[in-house]
Amino acid sequence: MFFRMIKGAFVRQWKKMLMIALTIALGASLATAMLNVMMDVEDKVNQELKTYGANITVSPKNASILQDLYDVEGQAEAAYLKESELGKIKTIFWANNIVDFAPFLETDVALNGEAGVKLVGTWFNHHLSLPTGEELDAGVTSLRSWWDIAEGEWLDEQAHEDDAVMVGAAIAARLGLHAGDTVTLTGGSGERTARVAGVFDAGGDEDDAVYAPLHMAQALADAEGLIGSIEVSALTTPDNELAIKAAQDPGSLSISQYELWYCTAYVSSICYQIMEAIPDCVASAVRQVADSEGEILEKTKLLMVLITVLSLIGSALGITNLVTASVMERSQEMGLMKAVGAHSRSISGLVLTEIIITAIVGGAIGYGAGFGFAQVIGHSVFGSAIEMKLMVVPIVAVLVILVSLAGSVPAIRSLLKLDPAEVLHGH
Amino acid sequence: MSLLEVKNISKVYPGLKALDNVSLTVNEGEWVAIMGPSGSGKSTMMNIIGCMDKPTSGEVLLDGVDIAKESNKNLTNIRRDKIGLIFQQFHLVNYLTAVENVMVAQYYHSLPDEKEAMEALGRVGLAERAKHLPSQLSGGEQQRVCVARALINHPQLVLADEPTGNLDETNENIVLDLFRQLHREGTTLIVVTHDPEVAEAAQRTIVLEHGRLVKEIINENFVS
Repeated sequence: MFFRMIKGAFVRQWKKMLMIALTIALGASLATAMLNVMMDVEDKVNQELKTYGANITVSPKNASILQDLYDVEGQAEAAYLKESELGKIKTIFWANNIVDFAPFLETDVALNGEAGVKLVGTWFNHHLSLPTGEELDAGVTSLRSWWDIAEGEWLDEQAHEDDAVMVGAAIAARLGLHAGDTVTLTGGSGERTARVAGVFDAGGDEDDAVYAPLHMAQALADAEGLIGSIEVSALTTPDNELAIKAAQDPGSLSISQYELWYCTAYVSSICYQIMEAIPDCVASAVRQVADSEGEILEKTKLLMVLITVLSLIGSALGITNLVTASVMERSQEMGLMKAVGAHSRSISGLVLTEIIITAIVGGAIGYGAGFGFAQVIGHSVFGSAIEMKLMVVPIVAVLVILVSLAGSVPAIRSLLKLDPAEVLHGH
Repeated sequence: MSLLEVKNISKVYPGLKALDNVSLTVNEGEWVAIMGPSGSGKSTMMNIIGCMDKPTSGEVLLDGVDIAKESNKNLTNIRRDKIGLIFQQFHLVNYLTAVENVMVAQYYHSLPDEKEAMEALGRVGLAERAKHLPSQLSGGEQQRVCVARALINHPQLVLADEPTGNLDETNENIVLDLFRQLHREGTTLIVVTHDPEVAEAAQRTIVLEHGRLVKEIINENFVS
């Protein structure tokens, strides 16, 4: 009979039950959407921030020492890293957080006879097949995504444009170069002819340089297999006290602190792991970028947490009100059940079962809708999907059940105190 | 043998004395009507006899148990086991069918038995309407479902509060015929009414005014 009564309530009062379920669904959808977005916002904002360039630079140890001592960049030219070791960057513990990287080798060349032109050898969209099986396109095409291609287009390494270069806007203007022109580059160890694939406007010193495929710069500088530095773009966790302490001296950490630091994607721990992977190098954070990223992330997360908490409070109040109202509406029915011999426990059991079933249905609908809302937010704000976080399912489930039950407690308490004579006779 | 003995009960609400030193005895198998104008204390009397309220003072012995001294939990059990209630407003659960409404009383009493509930509906002439919802039944039919629900657990006492108050003459006669049948079968009936015709159908009528028992009328022409 218990289930017949439950079934009767749902089948014959489906409109009323649906209304309660939809209110619960609305609350659950808000909670689901905000929790999913909140949990994914760090990755999303991080990805967005990565379009603004690298946050780690890797340079040869000798060059770094000289640079630190004298703060003179030119001294670094004497030291090199090996190109063959580049792939090791993607073998560190936080390899998945390395979203992009590019090697750089600078040399001076004569361009169409004009001496003293800076030539930067690098990867553009270099395809890597890593030993781990991962396929990756790395290089300045994505690492310098803010460059404005004034003429032509990005140099496409994968289309085998080995004999092409990209020319900075300033030097192109000075020498009257345009996309499609052919230029002659003369270095210390030979001469190469190259086509101008594009003219870029970076809005800085880079506009005075010519960017060429790495092997071309290596050939002209007589530095086969060598690179001057690496820029790395990594998804990082904002620094905290532990990260700052570790960045100063990892040796000062206790074992547990070390493990925590090593297994967290702090920029300092990623730098440390790169230095472990590539011998004789110094990896350092581009502090300004890393700090700004951390600050933006923290503020965005705080904002999302506040919005989420407010949404949850709003949902909870909505659910509570409707559940209370719907239970109180049934006071006469409950009074009758008491009159025919029902004890408080039986009545509470009946009402709670109905509420829990409604909450489960509403919660399921709300979760689906909420995940949809999250995708709308993801696509409209970040231009990509929000990842489904499994952790949100139990959180929303517990939340919906708790809020629904909490919402029904005052109503059930009044029902239990209900005097059947009062509701049945109006006395 | 008396089933109900009400001894000097009073019920006082703040600023109102609803019942004032009322005594009454109802024997097993007797049909008693309680009459009186509005505000005379009829419903208060019914609530106390029906274990839904307690007197401020006095004793109410139902089948030998002083229900005035029982806890609310025990009163619920006594009501469930010994009393069948019929209301003026019917008070059927609107999302349950007629037979399910009868089974609700079975469910809280012991075990629901659909066959027995169908028989109870058959007894009040509603077997054909068993699967209908209250909203699909007329007022008379709803009251008959209410009667079937009151009888399903074979109570010692049937308490009816203005059972014909919302019915037309035809349905009033159907309900009174049902009461006559119950009386013939030995059921003790207490009917609260302000309708003299309904009161005249009973063996004995108690008249209340301003919370006091002012008159007791034996129906010499009573025909069961």
